[in-house]
Parts: sequence; C-alpha cells; structure tokens
Amino acid sequence: MSLVSEGADFRGALAAPAELAEPSLAGVSDYIALMKPRVMSLVVFTALVGLAVAPGSLHPMTGFTALLCIAVGAGAAGALNMGYDADVDALMTRTAHRPVPRGRVKRGEAIAFGLTLAAFSVGTLGLLVNTFAAALLAFTIFFYAVIYTVWLKRLTPQNIVIGGAAGAFPPMIGWVAAAGSLSLEPILLFAIIFFWTPPHFWALALYRADDYARAGIPMLPVVAGDASARQQILRYTLILAPLGVAPYALGFAGPLYGLTATVAGAIMVVLAWQVFCERRPAERASRQLFAFSILYLFLLFAVLLVERGWGGLLARLAA
Amino acid sequence: MGRAARPVGGVTVGIAMNDKPDEDGIVLSEAQKRARRSRSIAIALALAALVILFYVMTLVKGPGVLVRPI
Repeated sequence: MSLVSEGADFRGALAAPAELAEPSLAGVSDYIALMKPRVMSLVVFTALVGLAVAPGSLHPMTGFTALLCIAVGAGAAGALNMGYDADVDALMTRTAHRPVPRGRVKRGEAIAFGLTLAAFSVGTLGLLVNTFAAALLAFTIFFYAVIYTVWLKRLTPQNIVIGGAAGAFPPMIGWVAAAGSLSLEPILLFAIIFFWTPPHFWALALYRADDYARAGIPMLPVVAGDASARQQILRYTLILAPLGVAPYALGFAGPLYGLTATVAGAIMVVLAWQVFCERRPAERASRQLFAFSILYLFLLFAVLLVERGWGGLLARLAA
Repeated sequence: MGRAARPVGGVTVGIAMNDKPDEDGIVLSEAQKRARRSRSIAIALALAALVILFYVMTLVKGPGVLVRPI
C-alpha cells in the first residue's frame, strides 16, 4: 500500500464511529514519542546554556525545575504539532511512523495531551521560578503550535524562517529563568538559532523535496525550486557565520568560543557553497550540510557552556 | 442476558440483543488492559513527581515561596 493511500485510509479512520469508540492501545512509549524527545533534548541543552551563562544566583533545584518545565513545554508543543499535522505526517516517509498516523493515539488525545502538558509546564514555571519565564514559555508553545503549525506551515515557503523563532526561544527562557530579565546576550543566542534554522531545514528539504511535495507542504525547494533554495541556504549561512562569532566579538564569550565559532562557521559556509553548486539528483552536499549544522549548533553552545557557564554553575553550587 | 461479542477494529465490543442498557459496556482486550494500566501508572508517577517537586521547592525557597518576581 502506498503512503498516499495510507494517508487516505487514515483520514477516513478519523471519522469512523467504530474507531472513535475504540479504547486506546497507546502505551507510555507512544506518549513519549508524541513529545518529540530528540527535539526536547536540543531544547533542554540550549536552555541549559542560557540558564548557565545568565548572571545572578540560582539554586540548583530551581534551575532543575526551570529545565524540567522547559522540556515538558517543548513536549507539549511537539504533541500539539503531531495532533494537528497527523494528516500530512501520514503522507511523509519521515513522519509516517509517528503515533497518530500509525493509529496508536487519536488526534484529539494528542491535542488534549499537549494542552495538559502546556498548562502544567507553564503553571509550574510561573509558580516555582518566575512569571516572565513562564510567559515566554507559553508564548513559545503558542508560536510553535498555532503560528507555525496551524498557520504558516501549510501557507508559505517562509514557514520555517518565521517558525524557527519557536526553536530559538529556549536559551532566552533559560536566561530569564535565572536572571529574571532580558539583555543583549540572550537575544544574540536567539538570533544564532533563528538564522541557523533555515539552512538546517532547507538542506533537509532539498533531499526530502518529494516527501514534502507529496504532503503538500510548501517548503522552499518545492515551491521556489531547487536553485532558489540553494541560493537562500547560502545567504542565510553567510549571515549565520559572523553572527556565530558575535558573542566573542562583543565580549560575551572567550577566545575558545571565538576560535570554535570561526572555524565551524567557515566550514558551514564551505558546505553551503557546495550545496549552492550542487544540482539534483546529487544530494551529498545537502546531507553533509544538514548533519554538520547540528554539530555546529551543538559545538557553539557546548563551548559557551564550558567557557562561561560551567564555572558559573560550579560557583552557584558552591555558594 | 442475550448478548454477543464481536471484534470491531481489534476491540471486543458487547452488543446488547434487547432494549435494556448494556451493563458491561465495551469489553477491553488484554492488550488494551495492559496499555491502560501502563498509562495509569505513568499518570500516577507524574503526579507524585509534581507533588514532590512542589514540596522540595517549598523547602528550598523557605518563606520566600510566596514571593514570585515577575
């Protein structure tokens, strides 16, 4: 059975009374899968960096609570996304195995699960850490679930550019949880993830273009064409590379970060150039850029954590 | 009571053969019972963790627990 017909069956099943009355077979692992654990791990990591490099004193237990709430909030956004996007997920190879398209969890259950997690994570963060951080977390969940998933994703090829803001908020939330206010530094961390998102996802979309086209998602390579997407990837990478070095240039980070950001940024530019020169059906450069972009973001934040945050965390624990 | 059980989409559903309300309702399969039990345990553990979290944080914050800066 083709994926397209599976998707049609899935949509039919949504309306079938027998299916609606059927008790769930979903186990705990299905609900964990709804929370997108891999995305959650990146969210927790970037939030940890924001939390660790922020000024001010924070009890480790409060820091743990903040990270837990941010992680659960990210899970809530993931569940809401999977609940709403179940029809298109069923049509794409990459997402067809998710719990809702597979029929393990019903669409309404996924959305109810997401709303429950969102309420608990935002409420707990507000009560136990601070209201500003809770408000930012609530806005992030809203942005991802409504602005990106419901509105932009199926509407415009700029979906992941604007929607990328949702993924860029976690270090800002971590910072606000620790410091109680915003400054240029967390906004810079936000900007790095914001400009990292388009080259990262468009590199994926280049070699998954058929998947997105089948699902009717207007990703840039599908709508504007292969060449235009490659050009945009190069443009965003040329903005990202110097932006990655900015924390060092502005004195927020040390020389180790400066060196890492410069070298990793140069590699990103070289890979983006290779993607720009590559033409379908070749996809080696796109795959390389997608893989390295994950390492790039991890490296920048890890070095920042080691250089700035680790010492701060140890000092807080000792205090 | 005259009733029959037939599988509907992998579920054994009790069908009443007269006008009286079905007292048994939907009969869960063993797999569905196991899934429901695992979900119930997960919810219980999550709620227990939430209680412990609020308890510990109250101890950590001390009298300042009611002070919530914006």
